[in-house]
Amino acid sequence: MKALVWHGKEDIRCDTVTDPEIQDPRDAIIKVTSCAICGSDLHLFHNFIPGMLPGDIMGHETMGEVVEVGSGVDGKLKKGDRIVVPFTIICGECDQCKRGNFSVCETTNRKRHLADKVFGHTTAGLFGYTHLTGGYPGGQAEYLRVPFADATHIKVPAGIPDEQLLFLSDIFPTGWQAAAQCDIEPTDTVAIWGCGPVGQMAIRSAILLGANQVIAIDCLPERLSMAEAGGATTINFETESVLERLQELTDGKGPEKCIDCVGMESHVMASLPDTLLDRAKQMVMAESDRPHVLREMIYVCRPGGIISVPGVYSGLSDMLPMGAFMNKGLTMRTGQTHVNRWTDDLLRRIEDGEIDPSFVITHTVPLEQGPEMYQVFRDKRDSCVKVVLKP
Amino acid sequence: MFHFSNIIRTKGDPKIVEGGPSLKQPADQLARALGWFSIGLGVVELFAPRRVTHTLGMEGRETLVRAFGVREIMAGIMSLSVEKNAGLWARVGGDGLDAAALLSGLTSDNPKKGNIALALLMVGGIAVLDYRAAQDTKPRRPPRDARRKLYPNRSGFPKGIESVRTAARQIAAHAGQNEVKQGDERRVP
Repeated sequence: MKALVWHGKEDIRCDTVTDPEIQDPRDAIIKVTSCAICGSDLHLFHNFIPGMLPGDIMGHETMGEVVEVGSGVDGKLKKGDRIVVPFTIICGECDQCKRGNFSVCETTNRKRHLADKVFGHTTAGLFGYTHLTGGYPGGQAEYLRVPFADATHIKVPAGIPDEQLLFLSDIFPTGWQAAAQCDIEPTDTVAIWGCGPVGQMAIRSAILLGANQVIAIDCLPERLSMAEAGGATTINFETESVLERLQELTDGKGPEKCIDCVGMESHVMASLPDTLLDRAKQMVMAESDRPHVLREMIYVCRPGGIISVPGVYSGLSDMLPMGAFMNKGLTMRTGQTHVNRWTDDLLRRIEDGEIDPSFVITHTVPLEQGPEMYQVFRDKRDSCVKVVLKP
Repeated sequence: MFHFSNIIRTKGDPKIVEGGPSLKQPADQLARALGWFSIGLGVVELFAPRRVTHTLGMEGRETLVRAFGVREIMAGIMSLSVEKNAGLWARVGGDGLDAAALLSGLTSDNPKKGNIALALLMVGGIAVLDYRAAQDTKPRRPPRDARRKLYPNRSGFPKGIESVRTAARQIAAHAGQNEVKQGDERRVP
Protein backbone atom coordinates (compact mmCIF):
# COMPACT_ATOMS: atom_id res chain seq x y z
CA MET A 1 0.00 0.00 0.00
CA LYS A 2 0.99 3.67 -0.25
CA ALA A 3 1.78 5.56 2.95
CA LEU A 4 3.41 8.81 4.02
CA VAL A 5 6.61 7.81 5.78
CA TRP A 6 8.90 9.89 8.00
CA HIS A 7 12.54 9.67 6.92
CA GLY A 8 14.03 12.51 8.97
CA LYS A 9 13.77 16.24 9.52
CA GLU A 10 11.67 17.81 6.74
CA ASP A 11 11.72 14.55 4.80
CA ILE A 12 8.40 12.77 4.39
CA ARG A 13 7.96 10.46 1.42
CA CYS A 14 5.09 8.62 -0.15
CA ASP A 15 6.50 5.08 0.02
CA THR A 16 5.14 1.68 -0.91
CA VAL A 17 4.95 -0.37 2.29
CA THR A 18 3.60 -3.79 3.24
CA ASP A 19 -0.08 -3.94 4.18
CA PRO A 20 -0.90 -3.98 7.89
CA GLU A 21 -1.93 -7.28 9.45
CA ILE A 22 -4.07 -8.29 12.39
CA GLN A 23 -1.57 -8.74 15.23
CA ASP A 24 -3.94 -9.14 18.15
CA PRO A 25 -7.50 -10.45 18.48
CA ARG A 26 -8.65 -6.93 19.43
CA ASP A 27 -7.31 -5.42 16.17
CA ALA A 28 -9.23 -4.29 13.11
CA ILE A 29 -7.98 -3.13 9.73
CA ILE A 30 -9.65 -0.23 7.95
CA LYS A 31 -9.46 0.94 4.38
CA VAL A 32 -8.77 4.65 4.78
CA THR A 33 -11.21 6.88 2.91
CA SER A 34 -9.94 10.24 4.23
CA CYS A 35 -7.11 11.45 6.41
CA ALA A 36 -5.65 14.83 7.26
CA ILE A 37 -2.42 16.60 8.13
CA CYS A 38 -2.53 17.98 11.67
CA GLY A 39 -0.59 20.94 13.05
CA SER A 40 1.18 18.58 15.44
CA ASP A 41 2.40 16.57 12.43
CA LEU A 42 4.50 19.65 11.66
CA HIS A 43 6.31 19.27 15.00
CA LEU A 44 7.28 15.78 13.82
CA PHE A 45 8.13 17.12 10.35
CA HIS A 46 10.57 19.52 12.05
CA ASN A 47 11.84 16.75 14.32
CA PHE A 48 11.07 18.81 17.42
CA ILE A 49 9.38 15.90 19.16
CA PRO A 50 11.90 13.26 20.24
CA GLY A 51 11.43 9.58 19.53
CA MET A 52 10.70 9.43 15.78
CA LEU A 53 12.46 6.78 13.70
CA PRO A 54 12.95 6.57 9.93
CA GLY A 55 10.23 4.37 8.51
CA ASP A 56 7.46 5.62 10.83
CA ILE A 57 4.12 6.10 9.06
CA MET A 58 2.58 9.51 9.77
CA GLY A 59 -0.98 10.53 10.50
CA HIS A 60 -3.47 10.52 13.34
CA GLU A 61 -6.61 12.01 11.76
CA THR A 62 -8.15 9.13 9.86
CA MET A 63 -11.45 7.54 8.96
CA GLY A 64 -12.49 4.67 6.78
CA GLU A 65 -14.30 1.40 6.33
CA VAL A 66 -13.61 -1.74 8.37
CA VAL A 67 -12.28 -4.50 6.12
CA GLU A 68 -11.05 -7.04 8.67
CA VAL A 69 -11.68 -7.65 12.36
CA GLY A 70 -9.85 -9.77 14.92
CA SER A 71 -11.60 -12.50 16.83
CA GLY A 72 -11.61 -10.45 20.05
CA VAL A 73 -13.41 -7.40 18.74
CA ASP A 74 -16.45 -8.99 20.25
CA GLY A 75 -19.11 -7.96 17.78
CA LYS A 76 -18.50 -4.27 18.44
CA LEU A 77 -17.29 -3.80 14.88
CA LYS A 78 -17.95 -5.70 11.71
CA LYS A 79 -16.75 -5.60 8.13
CA GLY A 80 -18.27 -2.68 6.27
CA ASP A 81 -18.72 -0.45 9.33
CA ARG A 82 -17.78 3.17 8.75
CA ILE A 83 -15.61 4.52 11.55
CA VAL A 84 -13.62 7.57 12.53
CA VAL A 85 -10.43 6.60 14.36
CA PRO A 86 -9.66 8.69 17.46
CA PHE A 87 -5.98 9.61 17.62
CA THR A 88 -5.71 8.25 21.16
CA ILE A 89 -5.69 4.45 21.32
CA ILE A 90 -7.79 3.32 24.28
CA CYS A 91 -8.49 0.02 25.98
CA GLY A 92 -11.77 1.10 27.58
CA GLU A 93 -11.03 -1.06 30.62
CA CYS A 94 -8.27 0.52 32.71
CA ASP A 95 -8.89 2.85 35.62
CA GLN A 96 -8.18 5.97 33.54
CA CYS A 97 -10.46 4.91 30.69
CA LYS A 98 -13.24 4.20 33.19
CA ARG A 99 -12.83 7.77 34.49
CA GLY A 100 -13.04 9.12 30.92
CA ASN A 101 -9.36 10.12 30.95
CA PHE A 102 -8.80 8.32 27.67
CA SER A 103 -5.63 10.14 26.60
CA VAL A 104 -3.83 8.74 29.62
CA CYS A 105 -5.00 5.16 29.10
CA GLU A 106 -2.67 2.93 31.10
CA THR A 107 -2.72 -0.02 28.71
CA THR A 108 -2.24 0.96 25.10
CA ASN A 109 1.28 2.44 24.97
CA ARG A 110 3.31 -0.54 23.79
CA LYS A 111 6.54 1.31 24.62
CA ARG A 112 5.46 2.42 28.06
CA HIS A 113 8.94 1.95 29.49
CA LEU A 114 10.02 5.00 27.44
CA ALA A 115 7.05 7.12 28.51
CA ASP A 116 7.49 6.07 32.14
CA LYS A 117 11.05 7.37 32.04
CA VAL A 118 10.36 10.61 30.17
CA PHE A 119 6.95 11.62 31.55
CA GLY A 120 7.02 9.82 34.91
CA HIS A 121 4.02 7.73 33.90
CA THR A 122 2.83 6.34 30.61
CA THR A 123 0.13 8.01 28.52
CA ALA A 124 -2.05 6.42 25.86
CA GLY A 125 -0.66 5.04 22.63
CA LEU A 126 -1.12 7.44 19.73
CA PHE A 127 -1.26 6.81 16.00
CA GLY A 128 1.53 8.13 13.77
CA TYR A 129 3.39 9.85 16.55
CA THR A 130 6.60 9.47 18.53
CA HIS A 131 7.81 6.15 19.95
CA LEU A 132 7.26 7.70 23.39
CA THR A 133 3.58 7.10 22.67
CA GLY A 134 3.98 3.63 21.23
CA GLY A 135 5.29 4.34 17.74
CA TYR A 136 2.10 2.98 16.17
CA PRO A 137 1.91 3.29 12.36
CA GLY A 138 -0.31 6.20 11.42
CA GLY A 139 -3.27 6.69 9.15
CA GLN A 140 -1.84 8.72 6.26
CA ALA A 141 -1.96 5.49 4.32
CA GLU A 142 -4.31 3.34 2.30
CA TYR A 143 -4.91 0.94 5.19
CA LEU A 144 -4.57 1.25 8.96
CA ARG A 145 -4.39 -1.35 11.72
CA VAL A 146 -6.49 -0.14 14.63
CA PRO A 147 -5.30 -1.75 17.88
CA PHE A 148 -7.87 -2.20 20.67
CA ALA A 149 -10.42 -1.58 17.91
CA ASP A 150 -13.35 -2.71 20.06
CA ALA A 151 -12.86 0.52 22.08
CA THR A 152 -10.80 2.70 19.73
CA HIS A 153 -13.41 3.80 17.22
CA ILE A 154 -16.27 6.19 16.64
CA LYS A 155 -19.01 4.59 14.55
CA VAL A 156 -20.50 7.09 12.16
CA PRO A 157 -23.62 6.88 10.05
CA ALA A 158 -23.77 6.75 6.27
CA GLY A 159 -25.10 9.80 4.47
CA ILE A 160 -22.82 12.39 6.03
CA PRO A 161 -19.73 13.22 3.95
CA ASP A 162 -16.28 12.26 5.27
CA GLU A 163 -15.32 15.93 5.41
CA GLN A 164 -17.92 16.64 8.10
CA LEU A 165 -16.93 13.64 10.24
CA LEU A 166 -13.16 13.27 9.81
CA PHE A 167 -12.26 15.89 12.40
CA LEU A 168 -13.99 13.93 15.17
CA SER A 169 -10.67 12.07 15.17
CA ASP A 170 -8.76 15.00 16.67
CA ILE A 171 -9.13 18.72 16.00
CA PHE A 172 -12.86 19.07 16.73
CA PRO A 173 -12.81 17.32 20.13
CA THR A 174 -9.44 18.98 20.83
CA GLY A 175 -10.89 22.45 20.26
CA TRP A 176 -13.99 21.42 22.19
CA GLN A 177 -12.06 20.06 25.17
CA ALA A 178 -9.94 23.23 25.20
CA ALA A 179 -13.11 25.30 25.56
CA ALA A 180 -14.98 22.87 27.82
CA GLN A 181 -12.17 22.74 30.37
CA CYS A 182 -12.42 26.55 30.65
CA ASP A 183 -15.80 26.19 32.41
CA ILE A 184 -17.17 29.01 30.26
CA GLU A 185 -19.72 31.32 31.91
CA PRO A 186 -22.15 33.49 29.88
CA THR A 187 -20.26 36.65 30.93
CA ASP A 188 -16.80 35.34 29.98
CA THR A 189 -14.34 36.65 27.46
CA VAL A 190 -12.33 33.79 25.98
CA ALA A 191 -9.04 34.71 24.28
CA ILE A 192 -7.62 32.15 21.88
CA TRP A 193 -4.02 32.27 20.67
CA GLY A 194 -3.52 30.66 17.25
CA CYS A 195 -6.13 30.43 14.49
CA GLY A 196 -4.92 27.21 12.93
CA PRO A 197 -7.35 24.29 12.66
CA VAL A 198 -7.51 23.62 16.43
CA GLY A 199 -7.86 27.34 17.14
CA GLN A 200 -10.75 27.55 14.66
CA MET A 201 -12.48 24.63 16.38
CA ALA A 202 -11.86 26.19 19.80
CA ILE A 203 -13.46 29.45 18.60
CA ARG A 204 -16.61 27.64 17.43
CA SER A 205 -16.69 25.55 20.61
CA ALA A 206 -16.44 28.64 22.84
CA ILE A 207 -19.34 30.19 20.92
CA LEU A 208 -21.40 26.99 21.21
CA LEU A 209 -20.64 26.89 24.94
CA GLY A 210 -22.02 30.40 25.34
CA ALA A 211 -19.00 32.70 25.76
CA ASN A 212 -19.93 36.37 25.81
CA GLN A 213 -16.93 37.39 23.71
CA VAL A 214 -14.32 35.35 21.84
CA ILE A 215 -11.04 37.00 20.85
CA ALA A 216 -8.75 35.27 18.35
CA ILE A 217 -5.05 36.12 17.99
CA ASP A 218 -2.94 35.32 14.90
CA CYS A 219 -1.02 37.12 12.15
CA LEU A 220 -2.30 35.45 8.98
CA PRO A 221 -5.13 37.32 7.21
CA GLU A 222 -6.81 34.14 5.90
CA ARG A 223 -6.92 32.57 9.36
CA LEU A 224 -8.11 35.79 10.99
CA SER A 225 -10.87 36.09 8.38
CA MET A 226 -11.98 32.53 9.12
CA ALA A 227 -11.92 33.29 12.86
CA GLU A 228 -14.02 36.39 12.33
CA ALA A 229 -16.49 34.36 10.25
CA GLY A 230 -16.83 32.04 13.25
CA GLY A 231 -17.82 34.90 15.55
CA ALA A 232 -14.48 36.04 16.99
CA THR A 233 -13.06 39.52 17.41
CA THR A 234 -9.56 39.34 15.98
CA ILE A 235 -6.13 40.68 16.90
CA ASN A 236 -3.27 40.64 14.39
CA PHE A 237 -0.20 40.41 16.61
CA GLU A 238 2.09 41.69 13.86
CA THR A 239 0.27 44.98 13.57
CA GLU A 240 -1.27 45.45 17.03
CA SER A 241 -0.19 45.04 20.63
CA VAL A 242 -1.90 41.95 22.01
CA LEU A 243 -1.68 43.22 25.58
CA GLU A 244 -3.16 46.63 24.78
CA ARG A 245 -5.98 45.27 22.63
CA LEU A 246 -6.95 42.64 25.19
CA GLN A 247 -7.04 45.32 27.88
CA GLU A 248 -9.25 47.51 25.66
CA LEU A 249 -11.64 44.68 24.83
CA THR A 250 -12.05 43.64 28.48
CA ASP A 251 -12.24 47.07 30.15
CA GLY A 252 -8.76 46.57 31.54
CA LYS A 253 -9.67 43.38 33.39
CA GLY A 254 -8.16 40.79 31.04
CA PRO A 255 -9.89 37.74 29.57
CA GLU A 256 -11.28 35.31 32.12
CA LYS A 257 -10.34 32.32 29.98
CA CYS A 258 -7.26 31.91 27.77
CA ILE A 259 -6.62 29.07 25.32
CA ASP A 260 -3.20 28.25 23.83
CA CYS A 261 -3.71 26.68 20.39
CA VAL A 262 -0.12 27.38 19.36
CA GLY A 263 2.10 25.17 21.49
CA MET A 264 5.82 24.64 21.27
CA GLU A 265 6.55 26.45 17.98
CA SER A 266 5.34 29.96 18.68
CA HIS A 267 6.05 32.65 16.10
CA VAL A 268 9.53 34.19 16.29
CA MET A 269 9.62 38.00 15.97
CA ALA A 270 12.42 40.51 16.41
CA SER A 271 10.04 42.71 18.42
CA LEU A 272 9.56 39.88 20.94
CA PRO A 273 13.05 39.17 22.30
CA ASP A 274 11.93 36.15 24.34
CA THR A 275 10.94 34.38 21.12
CA LEU A 276 14.42 34.96 19.66
CA LEU A 277 16.08 33.62 22.78
CA ASP A 278 13.78 30.58 22.82
CA ARG A 279 14.58 29.86 19.17
CA ALA A 280 18.31 30.10 19.78
CA LYS A 281 18.06 27.78 22.79
CA GLN A 282 15.84 25.36 20.88
CA MET A 283 18.42 25.23 18.10
CA VAL A 284 21.21 24.16 20.45
CA MET A 285 18.83 21.84 22.31
CA ALA A 286 19.00 23.89 25.53
CA GLU A 287 15.19 24.16 25.52
CA SER A 288 12.67 22.02 23.68
CA ASP A 289 9.69 24.41 23.55
CA ARG A 290 9.08 28.06 22.69
CA PRO A 291 6.47 29.01 25.29
CA HIS A 292 5.87 32.68 24.40
CA VAL A 293 2.11 32.17 24.32
CA LEU A 294 2.08 30.62 27.80
CA ARG A 295 4.02 33.61 29.16
CA GLU A 296 1.65 36.06 27.49
CA MET A 297 -1.46 34.21 28.68
CA ILE A 298 -0.28 34.15 32.29
CA TYR A 299 0.41 37.88 32.08
CA VAL A 300 -2.92 38.94 30.54
CA CYS A 301 -5.34 36.46 32.09
CA ARG A 302 -7.74 37.92 34.62
CA PRO A 303 -6.87 36.91 38.21
CA GLY A 304 -8.74 33.77 39.16
CA GLY A 305 -8.99 32.82 35.48
CA ILE A 306 -8.37 29.58 33.65
CA ILE A 307 -5.66 28.81 31.12
CA SER A 308 -6.36 25.90 28.80
CA VAL A 309 -3.53 24.37 26.78
CA PRO A 310 -4.42 22.08 23.87
CA GLY A 311 -1.25 23.19 22.02
CA VAL A 312 1.46 20.55 22.04
CA TYR A 313 4.54 20.95 24.26
CA SER A 314 7.20 18.30 24.14
CA GLY A 315 9.64 18.80 26.98
CA LEU A 316 11.19 21.73 28.79
CA SER A 317 10.03 25.36 28.76
CA ASP A 318 12.09 28.17 30.27
CA MET A 319 11.19 31.40 32.01
CA LEU A 320 7.54 30.79 32.76
CA PRO A 321 6.30 33.57 35.06
CA MET A 322 5.27 31.30 37.92
CA GLY A 323 5.12 34.30 40.28
CA ALA A 324 2.31 35.85 38.26
CA PHE A 325 0.67 32.46 37.78
CA MET A 326 0.62 31.75 41.50
CA ASN A 327 -0.22 35.23 42.78
CA LYS A 328 -3.07 35.67 40.29
CA GLY A 329 -4.55 32.35 41.39
CA LEU A 330 -4.75 30.99 37.87
CA THR A 331 -5.73 27.46 36.97
CA MET A 332 -4.08 25.61 34.08
CA ARG A 333 -5.75 22.68 32.37
CA THR A 334 -4.09 20.78 29.61
CA GLY A 335 -3.56 17.35 28.08
CA GLN A 336 -3.93 15.38 24.92
CA THR A 337 -7.60 15.08 24.06
CA HIS A 338 -9.86 12.49 25.69
CA VAL A 339 -11.46 12.10 22.27
CA ASN A 340 -14.13 9.53 23.09
CA ARG A 341 -15.31 11.56 26.10
CA TRP A 342 -16.74 14.16 23.72
CA THR A 343 -17.52 12.48 20.43
CA ASP A 344 -21.10 11.26 21.11
CA ASP A 345 -22.15 14.84 21.84
CA LEU A 346 -20.17 16.30 18.94
CA LEU A 347 -21.48 13.75 16.45
CA ARG A 348 -25.02 14.65 17.52
CA ARG A 349 -24.27 18.33 16.97
CA ILE A 350 -22.99 17.57 13.46
CA GLU A 351 -26.06 15.43 12.70
CA ASP A 352 -28.35 18.20 14.01
CA GLY A 353 -26.65 20.75 11.76
CA GLU A 354 -25.44 22.85 14.69
CA ILE A 355 -21.92 22.79 13.30
CA ASP A 356 -20.21 21.66 10.12
CA PRO A 357 -16.47 21.17 10.81
CA SER A 358 -15.67 20.94 7.09
CA PHE A 359 -15.51 24.75 7.00
CA VAL A 360 -11.82 24.51 7.91
CA ILE A 361 -10.74 22.48 4.84
CA THR A 362 -8.86 24.56 2.29
CA HIS A 363 -7.04 21.83 0.35
CA THR A 364 -8.05 18.32 -0.68
CA VAL A 365 -5.44 16.30 -2.58
CA PRO A 366 -4.52 12.67 -3.32
CA LEU A 367 -2.34 10.92 -0.72
CA GLU A 368 0.60 10.91 -3.14
CA GLN A 369 0.75 14.71 -2.94
CA GLY A 370 0.99 14.54 0.87
CA PRO A 371 4.74 15.27 1.15
CA GLU A 372 4.42 18.50 -0.85
CA MET A 373 1.37 19.48 1.20
CA TYR A 374 3.42 19.24 4.39
CA GLN A 375 5.58 22.01 2.94
CA VAL A 376 2.60 24.05 1.73
CA PHE A 377 0.91 23.76 5.15
CA ARG A 378 4.13 24.57 7.02
CA ASP A 379 4.90 27.59 4.85
CA LYS A 380 1.26 28.79 4.89
CA ARG A 381 1.38 28.95 1.12
CA ASP A 382 -1.79 29.31 -0.94
CA SER A 383 -3.70 30.45 2.19
CA CYS A 384 -3.59 26.88 3.46
CA VAL A 385 -5.40 26.17 6.73
CA LYS A 386 -6.25 22.46 6.59
CA VAL A 387 -5.26 19.68 4.22
CA VAL A 388 -7.33 16.56 3.64
CA LEU A 389 -5.68 13.62 1.86
CA LYS A 390 -7.57 11.05 -0.19
CA PRO A 391 -5.81 7.66 -0.51
CA MET B 1 15.46 -3.24 -2.08
CA PHE B 2 17.00 -3.21 1.40
CA HIS B 3 15.77 -0.45 3.70
CA PHE B 4 17.72 -0.02 6.92
CA SER B 5 14.67 1.34 8.75
CA ASN B 6 12.89 -2.02 8.29
CA ILE B 7 15.27 -3.63 10.80
CA ILE B 8 13.92 -1.51 13.64
CA ARG B 9 10.21 -1.96 12.79
CA THR B 10 8.09 -3.67 15.41
CA LYS B 11 7.12 -7.14 14.25
CA GLY B 12 3.97 -7.03 12.17
CA ASP B 13 4.14 -3.28 11.40
CA PRO B 14 4.29 -2.22 7.74
CA LYS B 15 7.78 -2.23 6.24
CA ILE B 16 9.05 -0.17 3.32
CA VAL B 17 8.98 -2.08 0.03
CA GLU B 18 9.82 0.79 -2.29
CA GLY B 19 10.86 4.28 -1.27
CA GLY B 20 9.17 7.32 -2.79
CA PRO B 21 10.88 10.54 -3.88
CA SER B 22 12.46 12.61 -1.12
CA LEU B 23 11.46 16.19 -0.37
CA LYS B 24 15.14 16.99 0.06
CA GLN B 25 16.66 19.00 -2.77
CA PRO B 26 20.39 19.04 -3.66
CA ALA B 27 20.56 22.46 -1.98
CA ASP B 28 19.38 20.86 1.29
CA GLN B 29 22.15 18.27 1.06
CA LEU B 30 24.67 21.03 0.35
CA ALA B 31 23.39 23.02 3.33
CA ARG B 32 23.82 19.96 5.52
CA ALA B 33 27.38 19.37 4.30
CA LEU B 34 28.26 23.05 4.83
CA GLY B 35 26.71 22.91 8.31
CA TRP B 36 28.91 19.99 9.37
CA PHE B 37 31.95 21.58 7.71
CA SER B 38 31.27 24.76 9.67
CA ILE B 39 31.08 22.86 12.96
CA GLY B 40 34.28 20.94 12.17
CA LEU B 41 36.20 24.09 11.26
CA GLY B 42 34.77 25.86 14.29
CA VAL B 43 35.96 23.13 16.64
CA VAL B 44 39.50 23.32 15.18
CA GLU B 45 39.52 27.13 15.51
CA LEU B 46 38.18 27.01 19.05
CA PHE B 47 40.46 24.31 20.42
CA ALA B 48 43.61 24.61 18.27
CA PRO B 49 43.91 28.34 17.47
CA ARG B 50 47.69 28.33 17.72
CA ARG B 51 47.97 25.74 15.02
CA VAL B 52 45.82 27.90 12.75
CA THR B 53 47.73 31.13 13.42
CA HIS B 54 51.08 29.35 13.03
CA THR B 55 50.04 27.91 9.66
CA LEU B 56 49.03 31.37 8.48
CA GLY B 57 51.94 33.22 10.02
CA MET B 58 49.53 35.29 12.08
CA GLU B 59 50.76 34.55 15.59
CA GLY B 60 49.12 36.63 18.34
CA ARG B 61 45.64 36.49 16.77
CA GLU B 62 44.52 33.40 18.74
CA THR B 63 41.64 35.17 20.49
CA LEU B 64 40.24 36.30 17.15
CA VAL B 65 40.52 32.75 15.78
CA ARG B 66 38.72 31.37 18.85
CA ALA B 67 35.91 33.92 18.37
CA PHE B 68 35.66 32.90 14.72
CA GLY B 69 35.46 29.30 15.90
CA VAL B 70 32.44 30.07 18.07
CA ARG B 71 30.86 31.91 15.13
CA GLU B 72 31.48 28.94 12.82
CA ILE B 73 29.90 26.50 15.30
CA MET B 74 26.81 28.70 15.77
CA ALA B 75 26.39 29.16 12.01
CA GLY B 76 26.86 25.41 11.52
CA ILE B 77 24.19 24.51 14.07
CA MET B 78 21.82 26.98 12.44
CA SER B 79 22.56 25.57 8.97
CA LEU B 80 21.59 22.10 10.21
CA SER B 81 18.35 23.35 11.79
CA VAL B 82 14.95 24.20 10.31
CA GLU B 83 16.27 27.78 9.90
CA LYS B 84 19.07 26.63 7.59
CA ASN B 85 18.66 29.64 5.33
CA ALA B 86 19.53 32.03 8.19
CA GLY B 87 22.49 29.81 9.04
CA LEU B 88 23.75 29.89 5.47
CA TRP B 89 23.48 33.67 5.26
CA ALA B 90 25.35 33.83 8.56
CA ARG B 91 28.04 31.74 6.89
CA VAL B 92 28.17 34.09 3.89
CA GLY B 93 28.72 37.00 6.30
CA GLY B 94 31.33 34.94 8.14
CA ASP B 95 33.16 34.26 4.87
CA GLY B 96 33.49 38.02 4.47
CA LEU B 97 34.98 38.34 7.95
CA ASP B 98 37.34 35.43 7.28
CA ALA B 99 38.52 37.06 4.05
CA ALA B 100 39.06 40.40 5.77
CA ALA B 101 41.07 38.77 8.57
CA LEU B 102 43.17 36.83 6.07
CA LEU B 103 43.82 39.93 3.95
CA SER B 104 45.08 41.75 7.04
CA GLY B 105 47.74 39.05 7.36
CA LEU B 106 48.76 39.17 3.72
CA THR B 107 51.77 41.41 4.23
CA SER B 108 55.11 41.29 2.43
CA ASP B 109 56.96 40.36 5.63
CA ASN B 110 54.75 37.32 6.35
CA PRO B 111 56.75 34.20 5.45
CA LYS B 112 53.52 32.17 5.24
CA LYS B 113 51.74 34.45 2.79
CA GLY B 114 51.51 31.55 0.35
CA ASN B 115 49.32 29.72 2.88
CA ILE B 116 47.19 32.83 3.31
CA ALA B 117 46.69 33.07 -0.44
CA LEU B 118 45.62 29.43 -0.48
CA ALA B 119 43.27 30.00 2.46
CA LEU B 120 41.76 33.01 0.68
CA LEU B 121 41.17 30.88 -2.39
CA MET B 122 39.39 28.28 -0.25
CA VAL B 123 37.28 30.92 1.51
CA GLY B 124 36.32 32.30 -1.89
CA GLY B 125 35.27 28.87 -3.15
CA ILE B 126 33.29 28.07 -0.02
CA ALA B 127 31.70 31.53 -0.10
CA VAL B 128 30.36 30.72 -3.57
CA LEU B 129 28.89 27.46 -2.26
CA ASP B 130 27.43 29.21 0.81
CA TYR B 131 25.86 31.90 -1.33
CA ARG B 132 24.42 29.38 -3.77
CA ALA B 133 22.99 27.21 -0.99
CA ALA B 134 21.54 30.30 0.74
CA GLN B 135 19.87 31.38 -2.51
CA ASP B 136 18.49 27.90 -3.20
CA THR B 137 17.09 27.30 0.30
CA LYS B 138 15.20 30.60 0.54
CA PRO B 139 12.01 30.00 2.55
CA ARG B 140 9.07 29.62 0.24
CA ARG B 141 6.72 31.44 2.59
CA PRO B 142 4.62 33.99 0.74
CA PRO B 143 5.79 37.58 1.25
CA ARG B 144 3.91 39.61 3.83
CA ASP B 145 2.23 41.75 1.18
CA ALA B 146 1.22 38.80 -1.03
CA ARG B 147 -2.43 38.56 -2.02
CA ARG B 148 -4.11 35.91 0.11
CA LYS B 149 -7.46 34.18 -0.10
CA LEU B 150 -9.77 35.18 2.72
CA TYR B 151 -12.53 33.03 4.17
CA PRO B 152 -15.20 35.46 5.40
CA ASN B 153 -18.07 33.06 4.68
CA ARG B 154 -16.75 30.02 6.52
CA SER B 155 -18.58 30.30 9.82
CA GLY B 156 -19.00 26.56 10.30
CA PHE B 157 -22.51 27.17 11.65
CA PRO B 158 -25.04 26.05 9.02
CA LYS B 159 -27.87 27.76 10.92
CA GLY B 160 -25.93 30.99 11.45
CA ILE B 161 -24.00 32.37 14.40
CA GLU B 162 -26.97 34.22 15.89
CA SER B 163 -28.95 31.01 16.10
CA VAL B 164 -26.04 29.37 17.98
CA ARG B 165 -25.64 32.32 20.34
CA THR B 166 -29.38 32.37 21.09
CA ALA B 167 -29.40 28.62 21.81
CA ALA B 168 -26.38 28.99 24.10
CA ARG B 169 -28.04 31.86 25.97
CA GLN B 170 -31.23 29.82 26.43
CA ILE B 171 -29.26 26.85 27.76
CA ALA B 172 -27.36 29.13 30.18
CA ALA B 173 -30.61 30.76 31.37
CA HIS B 174 -32.21 27.35 31.87
CA ALA B 175 -29.17 26.13 33.81
CA GLY B 176 -29.29 29.33 35.89
CA GLN B 177 -32.97 28.76 36.75
CA ASN B 178 -32.20 25.20 37.82
CA GLU B 179 -29.39 26.45 40.05
CA VAL B 180 -31.73 28.99 41.70
CA LYS B 181 -34.35 26.26 42.26
CA GLN B 182 -31.78 23.93 43.78
CA GLY B 183 -30.56 26.81 45.99
CA ASP B 184 -34.16 27.44 47.19
CA GLU B 185 -34.61 23.75 47.95
CA ARG B 186 -31.40 23.74 49.97
CA ARG B 187 -32.70 26.65 52.04
CA VAL B 188 -35.87 24.74 52.96
CA PRO B 189 -35.35 23.24 56.44
